[in-house]
Amino acid sequence: MSQRNPSISKGVDWSPVWIWFVLCCIGVTSIFAATYHDGDNIMQGVLSFKTDYSRQLLFFVFSGIIGTFILLTDSKFFTATANLGYAFGIFLMLLVFPFHSRIKGTESIIKFGSAFQLQPAELCKIFVNLALAKYISRIETNFTRPRAQLIAAAICLFPAVLSVMQHELGLALVYFSFFLVMFREGLPSSFLIIGFSLAVLVVASLLLEPNTLAIALTVIALIAIYILRKQIKRHKQILLLIVVIWIVCVGVQMFVVRFMFDHVLEPYQVKRIYDTIGKDYTPKNEAAALEIEQKSGGKKKDNNYNVKQSKIAIGSGGLIGKGLLKGTQTRYDFVPEQRTDFIFCTIGEGFGFLGSIVFLGIYLLLLWRIVTIAERQRSVFSRCYAYGVASVYFFHIVINMCMTMGLAPVIGIPLPFISYGGTSLLTFSTMLFVLVRLDADRQMVLR
Amino acid sequence: MSVFNQSRSNIIRLIFLGMFLIIAAQLFNLQVISNKYKKQAQENALFPKRIYPSRGIIYDRKGRAILNNTILYDLMVTPSQVKNIDTGYFCELLQIDTAEFRARIRDSRSKNGAFRPSIFEDLLPPDLYAKLEENIWKFPGFNLQERPVRVYPYNAAAHIMGYVGEVDSAVLKRSNFAYQLGDYVGRSGLEQSYERVLMGQRGIEFWLKDNKNRLVGHYENKGLDTPAVAGKNLRTYMDIELQQLAEKLLAGKVGAIVAIEPKTGGILAMTSGPDYDPNSLTGPDKQKNYAKLALDVSSPLLNRAIKGRYQPGSTYKPLAALIGLDEGVITPASGIDCRGYYYGCSQVRKCDEKVPGHAANLRLAIAHSCNSFFYNTFRLELDNPEYHSPRTGLMKWKEYVNAFGLGHTLGVDLPSEDGGNIPDTSVYDKLYRHSWNSCTMVTMGIGQDQMTETPMQIANAICVVANKGFYYTPHFVEKIDGEAGSEEDKLLDRYRQKHEVLTHIPEKEYDVVQNGMQDVSEIGTGRVARIPGINMCAKTGTAETYRIVDGRRIKLKDNALFVCFAPRENPRICIAVVVEGGGHGAASAAPIASLLVEKYLNDTLRTERLKDVERIASTNLMPKYLVRVQFETDSLRAAAWAIQAGDSTRLMKYITPSERAILLDTSARSRSPIFLSLMKNPVIKLSMMKNSSIDAPAQKAPSGGGAVPPVDSAFRKDVVPRKDTGLRRNTAPRKDSVSHRSVVPHKDSTRQAGTAAPPEPNPTSPEPEVK
Repeated sequence: MSQRNPSISKGVDWSPVWIWFVLCCIGVTSIFAATYHDGDNIMQGVLSFKTDYSRQLLFFVFSGIIGTFILLTDSKFFTATANLGYAFGIFLMLLVFPFHSRIKGTESIIKFGSAFQLQPAELCKIFVNLALAKYISRIETNFTRPRAQLIAAAICLFPAVLSVMQHELGLALVYFSFFLVMFREGLPSSFLIIGFSLAVLVVASLLLEPNTLAIALTVIALIAIYILRKQIKRHKQILLLIVVIWIVCVGVQMFVVRFMFDHVLEPYQVKRIYDTIGKDYTPKNEAAALEIEQKSGGKKKDNNYNVKQSKIAIGSGGLIGKGLLKGTQTRYDFVPEQRTDFIFCTIGEGFGFLGSIVFLGIYLLLLWRIVTIAERQRSVFSRCYAYGVASVYFFHIVINMCMTMGLAPVIGIPLPFISYGGTSLLTFSTMLFVLVRLDADRQMVLR
Repeated sequence: MSVFNQSRSNIIRLIFLGMFLIIAAQLFNLQVISNKYKKQAQENALFPKRIYPSRGIIYDRKGRAILNNTILYDLMVTPSQVKNIDTGYFCELLQIDTAEFRARIRDSRSKNGAFRPSIFEDLLPPDLYAKLEENIWKFPGFNLQERPVRVYPYNAAAHIMGYVGEVDSAVLKRSNFAYQLGDYVGRSGLEQSYERVLMGQRGIEFWLKDNKNRLVGHYENKGLDTPAVAGKNLRTYMDIELQQLAEKLLAGKVGAIVAIEPKTGGILAMTSGPDYDPNSLTGPDKQKNYAKLALDVSSPLLNRAIKGRYQPGSTYKPLAALIGLDEGVITPASGIDCRGYYYGCSQVRKCDEKVPGHAANLRLAIAHSCNSFFYNTFRLELDNPEYHSPRTGLMKWKEYVNAFGLGHTLGVDLPSEDGGNIPDTSVYDKLYRHSWNSCTMVTMGIGQDQMTETPMQIANAICVVANKGFYYTPHFVEKIDGEAGSEEDKLLDRYRQKHEVLTHIPEKEYDVVQNGMQDVSEIGTGRVARIPGINMCAKTGTAETYRIVDGRRIKLKDNALFVCFAPRENPRICIAVVVEGGGHGAASAAPIASLLVEKYLNDTLRTERLKDVERIASTNLMPKYLVRVQFETDSLRAAAWAIQAGDSTRLMKYITPSERAILLDTSARSRSPIFLSLMKNPVIKLSMMKNSSIDAPAQKAPSGGGAVPPVDSAFRKDVVPRKDTGLRRNTAPRKDSVSHRSVVPHKDSTRQAGTAAPPEPNPTSPEPEVK
């Protein structure tokens, strides 16, 4: 059968492709709704490829073609070229340093002519994902050993460091999502717990006065000692552990967080974080204040404004929404950046709570499906890769949506398949199609 | 290996699900629970644009529009669109410099934003508008916007019509915030009284706006919009030609004229002198003009016809006679042997008439205005044996006087009317510590002492005499356009109510008094007012007045008063004239009333009377003490300015002795600007746009014939910019322009010339009264 008809459809699970198709359609429609103005000629707009939605449509078709090509390739190609691809990705990211063009404060974009631009940090996600899968799936890798875990982490975090150097904190954070893959592959769950605790600690140290928090931590430690007093009698190490944890926690909240905010993060990022938790941020010195001002383009409409407008847009959608093209907030440009980072406003305002839940459901369906696909793989490579895809999508979706609803600080992270942007659409699509290709060969063991 | 970590896939799924649930919860919170975002979205994107209806028009009794609407234009600017314009040429057109230009652009940018249009210059004068309209395409970012403006085509009745102005916080609060800042509201006169009728109903259009506050389209296809309903028109009793004549006659004088139709209470004309040009408070310079008027101590903004308190003098005598007759203390046959002095009280009081027998009976006493007779009558009324005490007598007397509509506000349809003053016992108890008798205030018998009335009350009291016992509350508006019985129409109900205050007095007693009054115009003090062919009942009045200037009580020239109604058989017009410092009533007040009666009843004036019109109009009777008062207030203001701004240059003018002397000089050769502006003959109101410019197209024409102020040629030399009109910039007055202000129809008056008797040029027997 396969010899007679080498159809690309052999073994292909079409469900993720359909979901991809639906999401891309929603994306193009949303961009259309966000940028269309009364009286625009729609046909002309589509054909001229000068409007955002027509260009997104073009990228959509282009992604489909690339996807077809990917489906036509052999799965082994991906395992074979994984390391090479990683090198290529890193090379691209390094190329940015001499050839970048400064757009909206980031230094991570290379421009080709006037129309097209490439963001290597975006593209690099695929290569990192493949390389990570390749590394973990190596026979000689024993992922239970810390050494292997460290190398895997290094593979993920090296591009992240480069991203930070290009002032793209948001994309850098995406690389942390690969810890989910590592978790699936045997990273001790304590990492997850410690990571989560640290996050809680950092947020708490922002919200509470340092001394109040220190006292609270002390109280928690004392309670822990009281509860565990019988065990402590038997094993003195537990007491030591609690004391060490207490010292680390207090140290983090008293010194590390402050150090991070003053010296590692840039002032505007600190301000965004403060904006999200709803506190006023007063820059330490004038230089910092100046930088914040420059970042916001000298306007008063800072990110706080963006989030406020975005919340108004989403909130005004109500239960069933105002309908496509009827949203007053998104139609008349009240929400800045609404075709890219804040595209969810269009959906939230136009289709309301029910529409948003359906939209969210589609995403959840996609993630669910990918995890199912991952678990049915025979080869570790495919499974790791599938989890990588799921993690990256998940991170983008959650951070982007939380950002538009004021739950997370504003970091420029696009919504997969929906936000305007050629590179991101191509990247997300390619990741998905590679997964579908690998899944088609799920009976094979790829190394 | 995969089996080893299988359970972790479920943990990952749980993490996914958990985060999505958090997002869903926040969505639920934003979109379903909280509704503040909907409100904020409305505020963001909806702009309720108010649509202003045109205000109602006010017509006179012959359907001529006295107060109308016209369109002026504002020059609007949208700063963001101003690009590549020939600033030099633009500034030249507007007569500003480039610095001013930049300042204004900056202003509008900071006030209203760069993307919204704001006013660059408001209420463009027609010639400038014409120039700009031709060239506006050269100035991207600028456009012309219509602005409806009130216009007074006859340039008359300023005090009565009132003016509109922006609402202030008091009005806002009173209206329960139905108005918004920037709205226009009637601020005086009929504009204020009938604000609710005239303003119409505002409409609202909901517009969508974008993030830069630009209006981008209608909301919900105008489904929620409410249309504007134009204000209703008012039909008044006024005769605009009579009004213009009255204003002309009172020019250069302080005083008031009120003409009432006795049968209806409708006010035919009401003038207060000095008055102002109503159009000066609508045009581009209205602020400046208003300030000028407000600072003038002769108070041109004050409507003396309803707010001026005057002692009625002898014009009160007909009422006194009626009260005496009704109380039974005198009879038509009662007389007094007056030889020029009244000895009834300890102090000897003078009477103007010395001829014996001039007060042989009531009729003669009225005709000759015998003071002694009315001193006596007043005392008889107070000391009426029926009441046993002058206290009761005074209160009874007050009741009568109040019934004539004196001592309380009448309720005319103009705002802030004064009620005059009729004293009661408590006043004298306080003044004389309870020890007083009818001699104490005996001069009240001839309308002096503490008795004060407004000119409208004086006229209204005579209406009661003319009507033989009843009156209607004086009012301007006859009807409001629209259905009878509507809510607006009910506003007029109180004016349709007949006040039968003194109908219990028998008709024959009225006849006696009317006989006396008719004699006044035929053989008595007011012969100067006689009009051939018309039986006129009249009464002159001359009231002594005092004023405190610089802390000293000085006696001013007597106020001249005159009341009359005609024709006697079927009274159609009833007039009260008050001229401050006019001397004897017959000297300056009677001729004015006579001309007005003739004008109204015959609809025209005899040719030889035109001379009188011009003579009276050019007579200046402005009291000279005003120079001193003006000097005082001006210098105080200059002093305040010197303290406030530390700039005493203005003040020096008032301190330097030489300049002081010049300023205060009131001699005939005075060069004092204060004196000159006071003595300047009748302020000529540029009667703008009488015919042509009521409709907007006439204004659009660059040479707009109507826009050129036609000036009464007789007064051309006197044209002075003291009371700048709204159209100051409209070139110089044309020489050939015909006066629109002169209300004398030359053609018609020639017809009657033959029948006319020559009017007496000078009044006889002046009537100074002694206190």
